[in-house]
Amino acid sequence: MDAQPRVPLVEMKDISLAFGGLKAVDRAYLEVCPGEVMGLLGHNGAGKSCLIKVLSGAYKRDTGKIFIEGEEVHIDNPRDAKRYGIETIYQTLALADNVDAASNLYLGRELLTRWGTLDDAAMESEARRVMGRLNPNFRRFKDPVSSLSGGQRQSVAIARAIHFNAKILIMDEPTAALGPAETAQVGELVKQLKADGLGIFLISHDIHDVFDLADRVTVMKNGQIVGVGSVDDMTKDEVLGMIILGKCPPGATPGPGAMVD
Amino acid sequence: MSSVAQTPGPRSAEEPLFRQMLRATEIDTRMIGMVAALALIWVGFHIYTFVQAGEGVFLTPRNLWNLTVQTSSIAVMATGMVLVIVMRHIDLSIGSIIAFVGNVVGVMQVAWLPSLLGFDHPLIWVVAVLAAIALGAAVGAFHGALVAYIGIPAFIVTLGGQLFWRGAAWWVTTGATIAPLDGRFALIGGGAHGSIGATASWAFAGLACLGIVFGVYSGRQRRARYHFPLRPMWAEITMVALGALVVLGATAVVNAYPWPERVAAQWAEAHNIVIPEGQTLVIGTGYAIPVLIAIACGLLMTFVAKRTKFGRYVYAIGGNPEAAELAGVNTRKITVAVFGVMGALSGVAACIDSARLDSATNALGTLDELYVIAAAVIGGTSLSGGVGTIYGAMIGAIVIQSLQSGMVLCGFDAAAQQMVVGAVLVAAVGIDTFYRRRTAKG
Repeated sequence: MDAQPRVPLVEMKDISLAFGGLKAVDRAYLEVCPGEVMGLLGHNGAGKSCLIKVLSGAYKRDTGKIFIEGEEVHIDNPRDAKRYGIETIYQTLALADNVDAASNLYLGRELLTRWGTLDDAAMESEARRVMGRLNPNFRRFKDPVSSLSGGQRQSVAIARAIHFNAKILIMDEPTAALGPAETAQVGELVKQLKADGLGIFLISHDIHDVFDLADRVTVMKNGQIVGVGSVDDMTKDEVLGMIILGKCPPGATPGPGAMVD
Repeated sequence: MSSVAQTPGPRSAEEPLFRQMLRATEIDTRMIGMVAALALIWVGFHIYTFVQAGEGVFLTPRNLWNLTVQTSSIAVMATGMVLVIVMRHIDLSIGSIIAFVGNVVGVMQVAWLPSLLGFDHPLIWVVAVLAAIALGAAVGAFHGALVAYIGIPAFIVTLGGQLFWRGAAWWVTTGATIAPLDGRFALIGGGAHGSIGATASWAFAGLACLGIVFGVYSGRQRRARYHFPLRPMWAEITMVALGALVVLGATAVVNAYPWPERVAAQWAEAHNIVIPEGQTLVIGTGYAIPVLIAIACGLLMTFVAKRTKFGRYVYAIGGNPEAAELAGVNTRKITVAVFGVMGALSGVAACIDSARLDSATNALGTLDELYVIAAAVIGGTSLSGGVGTIYGAMIGAIVIQSLQSGMVLCGFDAAAQQMVVGAVLVAAVGIDTFYRRRTAKG
């Protein structure tokens, strides 16, 4: 992309997170610019999800700082993250299975009537509008989401993340539960959101997904950053080498996790 | 779904007409099963007593009126227990909270307030009731805080609470029975004077019918405004008619139960009414005050569960606690609030129970937690969380109380009663598990 330095939309610096003696994330860093897709790659257990959950407020970091548009922010819980426009689509989708799509869409941000009571009709109506755009085949608004198919559940989770004017979108394995057609649909959506100027983190252990959609990738191994680089400067094999061996190619900037020859 | 039922054309082959019609009314099939079980219990006991004594005594106004009064305190607490269980918690302490709160407000009425306000002051009962609700809520919220912020399982916190508050209740009075309570306070427990009489009961029934019509109408309006599929008109009318039938039937029954002759005669004497020789004064008892309290609690808690953010969060947390937390719901605050509500309702139940006995004893509320949990579970609340309705739990309370009082009428001894109630609870959960597994597959 362009060469001059921009102020990143999000910048995480020197983030560490330990569970007991296990260092899940070790002095990691991550950034994304407006209109950019940053891929975050690594094996299962490399610390991708943990690092990203620090940003979304699900985990509290032990050390490190988070900056949004250059200003330091304090994110201690999911409510804080949402206030800064950070929305997350979790790998597990994080839906309340026993309530319907509209209730999930608005969970934590319910529409109220002027009496202060839930305005279910308004929420359902809005949900029909949103879902109509995202997944025109979606019809089952009255059923609890546990009875929906994987793709339908995914579209509810995606709708929830993008409906509230997110600035920063975190997608954790967004296509894990989807068929080929739906995966392509998610790809289209990512491009569209990128054009709208959102900063997107795309987390995956599938390198092909990421290579097609991301502008840059950050690779993690054993909780540390192996390197960061633009997809234009690297081949898939080189990135695979980063993931598996921790070997940083010349096209990327090495991090503390890079293998030293 | 409802659009299928609306089309007059050929109906789908596999779905029988009756089931289609049922679906159009959107009545929960589970609820029909529960009402059927209740009817079976009632008719069964009636026939049993008829065979046994030559006279059916279950389906009489007198027994049914008593049943409503006996059910009320369990029903009040069951409305709160639903939310506790929906959130995947349990509260074993409510019986002891009743004893503690009952004894504290008993002492208040007998010792503290009369010296402060004067004996038989008209405000004593108001202060006592408010204190009972506040004290119950405080104890419950304290339990909730231990669960939410320290992370002790609710089972342990409330099991400890069960012992602790029963002991604390003894401590308040060193085991003495407090009686009699304030005269106005005692009306909360029901009885001839603690009932609203025939005229007011009919007025109440009329209001309730209007409420049903309004509820159905406004629901339809709301759906129409957003162009959602509407229920067919006949289904709406059937629902209103069914609701009105239940209300009017119940009112006729409670009004058909007259005041005891002696009480009526005393009342006549006090009001200088001369009863002609050879005649008796018949005064319809009408709804007892505790029953109205239970109905009010049911309506209020239904509103809380369905129409407020708090209720929505309780169900969402029960469905997936992690998801609710990630969606930005403050699950800890909600946990404290749910146990607080449960405690407040136990405070209400403490008023009903102690007023009904016109005394506060250390044994007040013993084993109530088990009846309340049984009522909620029989009423369709799932112990794995996320599922349960207030009205279901209230019907569950009627079921469990019908069993209990039916067995008393039939002369079963206490040991047999316990065994039956225990077996029914296990069987109810067994049937429910089976039913859920089947519907989950289909």
